[in-house]
Amino acid sequence: MKRWPSIVLLLCLFAGAALALPSPPALAQSAQPDQPLADPVLEARARQLMKDVRCVVCQAQSIAESDAGIASDMRKLIRVEIAAGKSDEEIRRFLADRYGDFVLFKPPFKISTALLWAGPFLLLAMGAVTMVLFFRRRARAPAPATLSAEEMRRVTAALQGEPEPATRPTHGSGA
Amino acid sequence: MRRLFFILPLLCLAALVVLFWRGLDPARDPSSLPSVLIGKKIAAVNLPGLGGRPGINTAEFAGDVTVLNFFASWCAPCRAEHPLIQELKAMPGVRVVGITFKDAPADSEKYLAELGDPYAAIGVDETGRAGMEFGLTGVPETYVIDRDGIIRYRLAQPLDPGRLKDELQPLLLELTQ
Repeated sequence: MKRWPSIVLLLCLFAGAALALPSPPALAQSAQPDQPLADPVLEARARQLMKDVRCVVCQAQSIAESDAGIASDMRKLIRVEIAAGKSDEEIRRFLADRYGDFVLFKPPFKISTALLWAGPFLLLAMGAVTMVLFFRRRARAPAPATLSAEEMRRVTAALQGEPEPATRPTHGSGA
Repeated sequence: MRRLFFILPLLCLAALVVLFWRGLDPARDPSSLPSVLIGKKIAAVNLPGLGGRPGINTAEFAGDVTVLNFFASWCAPCRAEHPLIQELKAMPGVRVVGITFKDAPADSEKYLAELGDPYAAIGVDETGRAGMEFGLTGVPETYVIDRDGIIRYRLAQPLDPGRLKDELQPLLLELTQ
């Protein structure tokens, strides 16, 4: 029975190691074959948007930096839609409707993403509350009592090695 | 109050154990994305047919139970699942259609001549734009669309005998009832 905390610990360690395993090496950056838009302003908007869209194949990369075929298709789509006068928001919604909010690096605030957005602040608040409670409790703890004059005298006497007449047991044998 | 300081770390540990335990589940694929399209109406997609075959117009799907299979001649897993797609064709009341994804029509023709053609209609998606309407992440991908044009199932990987038997066939039986 005493063994199971160590088993849990071991499991945690294993899980941590599995998470820390190196992911497959990122593909070397290759020149993007995509044709940029002629209008530099629109092209800049398209590039900005590409950084915000997750590649659905590689998932850790944005489509701006991914070499996957589907990422290239999405870049093309973004350029076509921007050239057609669509707003960034419309394009984001188009992609999110088909691939889910996951496809956006900044997902919209919804019930399902609330924890994602609020989580860090929630943790911070929990930490703050814990700290306040901790310090309050310390402040409320009774201050160490000061010694009375009589106690002080006895302590000094004890420190100086003098025998304490009142408490010292007497055996009647004399000093 | 004092007890909270003991319970809280324990709760955190328990949460971590649950998290790690789920992470260790070999059946869990962390990179698989749940389709947001399940339960939604099929996108309006209209594609020309391959080599004189009927094309794909999703507006015409209504009234049929449809299995839509994205494939390409350059995709090896598509070859692997192809015999199972052919098996699906044998199910009564099920219409099996295909979309070639970013494939040259001549290559698609060769692929079908070699492996057989189970599709009642084949659309050609040369640019991959139609795939995007379905939230396609790669080929092969298989969708089941019910008589009302609602997407009921999506398989974002090659079909295998187990899934055919345990997932696809029961669902198709239920939908064609």
